[in-house]
Amino acid sequence: MHKRGERGRRRRGRVVATVLGCLTLLATGCVPGTDGPGARGGTAGAATAIPDPAKAGKVTLTVWDQEIRGGTNGEVKQLNKEFQRAYPNVRIKRVARGFTDLKATLKLAVSGNNPPDVIQTNQGYPDMVAFVRAGLLAPLDNYAGIYDWNTRYPATLLDLNRVSADGHNFGTGRLYGISQTGEFVGLYYNKDLLAKSGLKPPTTWAEFTNGLARIKQDDRLPIQFGNLDKYPAIHTFGVLQNQSAAGPVRDAVLGRAGRFDDERTKNAAATLADWHRRGYLPEGTNGLGYDDAAKKFASGDGAYLLTGTWQLADLKKAMGDKLGFIPPPPATAGGAPVSTGGQGLAWSITSRTKHPEVAAAYLDFLTTEHASDVMTQHGVLPAVPGKAAAKVPRDSVDGQMLDGWQRLNEADGLVPYLDYATPTFYDTLSEQLQGVIAGTVSPARFAATAQRDYGAFMRTQQQDDRDRTGKARGARGERRDGR
Amino acid sequence: MKGDARRPASNPQRPADGQARAVVGPGKTAPTSGELAPRAMRQMARTAHHTGRRPATQRLLNRYRRRAPGEPRAIGYLYILPALALYGALLLFPFGQSVWLSLLHWDGMSAATWAGSDNYRDLFTDPDLRAPFAHALLLLVFYSALPVVIGLLLAALLSRAPVRGMTFFRTVLFLPQVLALVVVGVAWRAILAPDGLLNDTLRAVGLDAAARPWLGDYDWALPAVGVVGTWVGTGLCMVLFLAGAQRIPRELYEAARLDGAGPVREFFAVTLPGLRSQIAVALTLTIVAGLRNFDLIYITTSGGPGNSTSVPAYEVYHRAFETNEVGSAAAIGVALTVLIFVLTVTLSRLVEGRRT
Repeated sequence: MHKRGERGRRRRGRVVATVLGCLTLLATGCVPGTDGPGARGGTAGAATAIPDPAKAGKVTLTVWDQEIRGGTNGEVKQLNKEFQRAYPNVRIKRVARGFTDLKATLKLAVSGNNPPDVIQTNQGYPDMVAFVRAGLLAPLDNYAGIYDWNTRYPATLLDLNRVSADGHNFGTGRLYGISQTGEFVGLYYNKDLLAKSGLKPPTTWAEFTNGLARIKQDDRLPIQFGNLDKYPAIHTFGVLQNQSAAGPVRDAVLGRAGRFDDERTKNAAATLADWHRRGYLPEGTNGLGYDDAAKKFASGDGAYLLTGTWQLADLKKAMGDKLGFIPPPPATAGGAPVSTGGQGLAWSITSRTKHPEVAAAYLDFLTTEHASDVMTQHGVLPAVPGKAAAKVPRDSVDGQMLDGWQRLNEADGLVPYLDYATPTFYDTLSEQLQGVIAGTVSPARFAATAQRDYGAFMRTQQQDDRDRTGKARGARGERRDGR
Repeated sequence: MKGDARRPASNPQRPADGQARAVVGPGKTAPTSGELAPRAMRQMARTAHHTGRRPATQRLLNRYRRRAPGEPRAIGYLYILPALALYGALLLFPFGQSVWLSLLHWDGMSAATWAGSDNYRDLFTDPDLRAPFAHALLLLVFYSALPVVIGLLLAALLSRAPVRGMTFFRTVLFLPQVLALVVVGVAWRAILAPDGLLNDTLRAVGLDAAARPWLGDYDWALPAVGVVGTWVGTGLCMVLFLAGAQRIPRELYEAARLDGAGPVREFFAVTLPGLRSQIAVALTLTIVAGLRNFDLIYITTSGGPGNSTSVPAYEVYHRAFETNEVGSAAAIGVALTVLIFVLTVTLSRLVEGRRT
């Protein structure tokens, strides 16, 4: 090869590449997010009477949801079919993805040019609040009035789907979604294994914890638990933390008041580490998958499993009558139970849908008493149980779940998932709790780290608030955000 | 212009001609096309004449008829235009976009704000961002160095003497390359589980103390994920080296043996230098694959325990899709690209002995 010629070509190639690079930069040189649906708020709440989808003409409603598990998938399928039968002019185009897939693709889909009409949104800052801030969701307060959602649902549950109109605070303000299903973290138990250790299903928290030592003495695993996927410990820790008090923790999660470096947090972390040290949890729990742990419990390895109602259908299939399920036992027998939980993902209407009224009618249809009965038939816990729920035998595991849900709601004992608290709390908690379990992170350090995350976010929130009021005063009379 | 350049290729009588011209790069004169091309031109001119081509086209053709093939040199760019357009649209444009995004604070939805070099500064100051890069570089030992060394040893052994069932061994060792990494991840997650195959085996031979939850152990999770990479990469390296070893002239080995070289000396004096370019290829491929590694981490540990197995590619996904830090994600992506580029260029210079 001729060295010179080669080098000459190379240099020219480099020039071409540079020019191309510059052109590319120029071509893309727009600020993303400014050409989208910038207007916040939306007008989808204009309706005053109950909308009639039959009069809407031919409509295709695109719906993105994540209900792909057995029970919920069947229930949504059936309700979709019924809705289309009731309104033959409406066609529902359903796109069902798993939770993580939905989370990853939804943002692109919703901010794109042809967004779906109805989507399932995860509550909290990274998803629902971010969507509202970008003006991608339509407020539903009007429909909540028209369809009586306000009276159909307990306020605690509706609040979890609220975001302040400026897209700033979570748990308060306008309603941006409505959930179909209820969820709570409870105590699954294997009746056979409890009987073998001479134990009954615990009625108090102390009875439960004392029983753990007994089961361990009998050389069996007290609590099955797999934390390789990082998030399960958030639920376990949450339940431990809740036992001291529901209200203050809820206030802290919703950013109303409180801290995370308090005794409550430290004690809960210490208990979790202690359970692992004493062998109440599997030894290699940080290396065991969440689903694997559930399978092991189903096959008789572990007397208890502390996880959410979403596992019930699968566990029941594998264990049959051996399976029992209760909310975490209260401090005193017959006392008010407290647990981590809330509701399934919210069904929301996008702000740029062409058929907001049909979408609202669909949301209402998904959450009526009839829908609740369909859910019960499919073994799913409805947020507001209907008539069919009353017929479920109380001593069956489904009956126990419905009963627990009712007691938790009556006692106002539901505490939202801790990772709602800040946009990064999921990461902070899941990473740190793996350390707490492994013994590399002390309860005090855990609490300090959690508070550092929480405190930093609260400070930026307050700073934003100050900026906003300052700006509003400066603008005087001018309406903000182009509204 | 564009139409003219394509015409030789569409000439039904000489399809091979058009191909021969198309592969000739900018300003490069391929000897074979030297005699073919003018003929094609003449033919083309004839066809043009019959169909009553406009004089302007005729003038252009006349101009080209007088020139040597491949002239003017700029015409080469016309040939690469289709590929360049694709490359630009699918690679350069998105990359430019990433660079642009990395200069912004953007949550992926609402209006972005200018960040300048903030996102890049964080790469150096934020320990949560430095760690993934450190992990990735450490993992290169497992993803690149070990597969090449083991591949070399295997190739040296297998190529010295004819082995029975050679195809079988080769296939078995190459198999991990064929599997989707997701499948590999799921399989190894089961093997490394607390009561998975590995721990069961350790306990069976009395090494109970060595058994541990590999993927959940703060000290062992990173090497455990690394070993999976070694398992995947070794087959590829070995097959590359076996192919390369077959091209080393037998005479060299004979000469070495006549000079009294043992197997070890032979390996270092003949095999290793003979495989130089294959080693460079293997290192490049495995380093790129190792630094881009996302699927394995995502499936096996999600970066845990804590963030002890977090790698840049995983962090890009995590920030872009889960925590709405698109700007930061883009900055990590760009930094990763630069790192891969620098490493591979340095490598090909060093190992292949290429100089500017």
